[in-house]
Amino acid sequence: MPDVVVVGAGVVGAACAYYAARAGLDVLVVDRGAVAGGTTGAGEGNVLVSDKGPGPELDLALLSNRLWRDLAADGPDGGPDGGFEFEAKGGLVVAETDEVLEALTGLAGEQGVECVAVAAGELGDYEPHLAKGLAGGVFYPHDAQVQPMLAAARLIRRGAERFGHGALMLRTGVTVTGFLRDGDRVTGVTTSCGDILAGAVVNAAGTWGGEIAALAGVRVPILPRRGFILVTEPLAGPLIRHKVYTAGYVTAVASDSEGLETSAVVESTPSGPVLIGASRERVGFDRTISVPVLERLARQAVELFPALAAYRVIRAYCGFRPYCPDHLPVIGEDPRVPGLYHACGHEGAGIGLAPATGHLIARLLAGLDPDLDLAPFSPDRFPQEAS
Amino acid sequence: MTRIHDLAVVGAGPAGVAGALTAALAGLDVVLVDGAGRPGGQYFRRPAEGFHAARPGALHHGLDRFTRQWEALRERAEVLLSTRVWAVERADGAITVRCLEGDREERPRTVTARGLLVATGAHDRPLPFPGWDLPGVLTAGGAQALLKGDLVVAGRRVVVAGTGPFLLPVAAGLADAGAQVLGVHEANRRFGLARHPLLAAGRAAEALGYAARLARHRVPYSGREAVIAAHGETALTHVTVASLDAAWRPLSTRTVECDTLACGYGFVPQLDLPLQLDCATRRDPDGGPVVAVDAGMRTSVPGVYAAGEATGVGGAALAEVEGRIAGRAAAADLGRPTPPDPALSRRRDRLAAFARALQGAYPLRPGWQDWLRDDTLVCRCEEVPLSAVREAQAMGAVDARSVKLLARPGMGWCQGRMCGYAVACLVGEDPAPPRRPIAQPVRLGDLAARARPAPDGRKTSSEG
Repeated sequence: MPDVVVVGAGVVGAACAYYAARAGLDVLVVDRGAVAGGTTGAGEGNVLVSDKGPGPELDLALLSNRLWRDLAADGPDGGPDGGFEFEAKGGLVVAETDEVLEALTGLAGEQGVECVAVAAGELGDYEPHLAKGLAGGVFYPHDAQVQPMLAAARLIRRGAERFGHGALMLRTGVTVTGFLRDGDRVTGVTTSCGDILAGAVVNAAGTWGGEIAALAGVRVPILPRRGFILVTEPLAGPLIRHKVYTAGYVTAVASDSEGLETSAVVESTPSGPVLIGASRERVGFDRTISVPVLERLARQAVELFPALAAYRVIRAYCGFRPYCPDHLPVIGEDPRVPGLYHACGHEGAGIGLAPATGHLIARLLAGLDPDLDLAPFSPDRFPQEAS
Repeated sequence: MTRIHDLAVVGAGPAGVAGALTAALAGLDVVLVDGAGRPGGQYFRRPAEGFHAARPGALHHGLDRFTRQWEALRERAEVLLSTRVWAVERADGAITVRCLEGDREERPRTVTARGLLVATGAHDRPLPFPGWDLPGVLTAGGAQALLKGDLVVAGRRVVVAGTGPFLLPVAAGLADAGAQVLGVHEANRRFGLARHPLLAAGRAAEALGYAARLARHRVPYSGREAVIAAHGETALTHVTVASLDAAWRPLSTRTVECDTLACGYGFVPQLDLPLQLDCATRRDPDGGPVVAVDAGMRTSVPGVYAAGEATGVGGAALAEVEGRIAGRAAAADLGRPTPPDPALSRRRDRLAAFARALQGAYPLRPGWQDWLRDDTLVCRCEEVPLSAVREAQAMGAVDARSVKLLARPGMGWCQGRMCGYAVACLVGEDPAPPRRPIAQPVRLGDLAARARPAPDGRKTSSEG
């Protein structure tokens, strides 16, 4: 019998499992599909500190940024990318107008994160192919990139190889159907492949985390926010050096708008293609392609990097970011259901925030104090609705 | 104002041309779009102008008939060649077909119609084996294209391998054109259909005719054999031919020197466009997805029809009949009088039954996976070896999609059109309907153009 069952083999579940196993617990990860098959498999791999205003999420992002660097440096082959294409490339946020630049530098001052103000004339030193006429920007050296699917898979693999026989196991194709209870306390899960007893259950089901919570009889309001990404043909050399995005991305991330929002997020990948995001829409779990959204993403990318106009898009995909009404993730034990821990609702930042989430959950599971205040992420912070 | 046609037809092969002509004759305003510079699709592929083959018709059954249909169509419909479709959308009862027009200097173009007939055909289904990425190794369809398209085959030493009756016209055509065809290696039994009651359908005679042509050229045609490896430093110099057991596992091998290998293991229907519109699919007997249609070739999406290989691989004769049925249905659904034609439906049923029987007689057996080595490339675009697929599986990638996410097979230029079937087999699942929101590579500049605000500051309609 494992000490912990983690529901969800995305990057957050993988990180929870990895750190829990490192803390000496026996962990079983279950997923109804494959590893990294949900939102993790539809992301860009953003590890950002630049896009968050001062507050609990930025604190979480800074902790997570350090942990990503540790994980990358600690890879099995000692390579710098951790086996999951970690790149400490830095992020360049650009402003189209002086007004936006002022807001951007103002935010940078409040964040207290290492950053460099970049004047209009210096933008070309960072990105030679960037469009002319931009007002300026801010460079964040801590922004980084991982290949999220590899990161999830390799963290689970690394935990299984490193922490002793049976410390970390993965079972795919297992659907959780309910919870085993002893009074209020959760003692395991019922699944499509039989019951699994465990000391604790971690809900790392991402966009579907609300459904897992509902199986335990509690409400955790997590909803999907659709995002499209364009992928270009592989480029011979890196046209874009950093993660580059427009200041509008920061406001879109925190937006409550129901409608479509797009902002340019552009970067090269080690495999050669350029990734172009990001759109946000609340349309439920609708995968239908939206050509107007793709066109807007393309337009914004070309406006930022005119040279991209000549390159071809060969692929587009969409995913569903799990968001809560207050745009903060849900991290911690559910006071309503002892033994059930939530680690979900990270919206578009789940890749970046995964290690800190896993680290904090593992400390809770091991009976240690978390080294970050988890009150803002409390699972029962939402107003209850009659169900 | 954008002109709104009654029916847009995508694909100028036997199904598309027959469908477009039928609909036009019934009074519909039809536009036909095809990516190639000349009509015919894969089946009636013709040499480019200027080659002046002495008797191009000699290579084709039914080419005269097709040419007559094409000429008739050109008088009655708008025809857009060298126009590739990268997306279709449906809104307010109209279909928007997004195209790229032109060969070298491509330009975006949009076609709008009340209905859509998808006649996009199929592409080759290769299987991977050691050396299949060497220059000189072609798909059977690629060899056919070489033959029909530019006629450069004379003097080549060619081996043909794979499964299905399509190998025979490929080999016969190559031999007729002067190539030295060293052998045709059918992985199943040679005349798998000979014992089938549908032999009476008359198509077996066609197969026997090809066999006779091969015999005339002294080309050996052997069953339960396959090319399981291709060799050469910079280009193909020889192949390993194996005799196979019933599951296609190699029993014994021999070496054959050659400079060209044509390999064909069936076809994969092109479903990108109907899947963009969320048309329902069903499984063909070989496990692959095809568009589900009713007796009028209507898909599950109103106003969208499909004909030819997209509804199940069945060859040119079936494709033409299906195109005619679809054209009639499209006309009837738009209120044009179309008297019933039960003979056409019966002919479709008969040809479709024959196609199913063919698929049953020439299945793919799992033993081909034994031909692979750890370093055999499964995906050529992204250069993914078998070992990387196996490693991804060991890390928890239990389906083809997650194997792609971890190891990148299908991420490259062909977007899994070549390797998708093999990867699905390697992970032990039937191939899933492919999701390709962008069916053809499209330049970012072209994609961006329509979203650009108009000069006077108003937004374009795409943002409405």
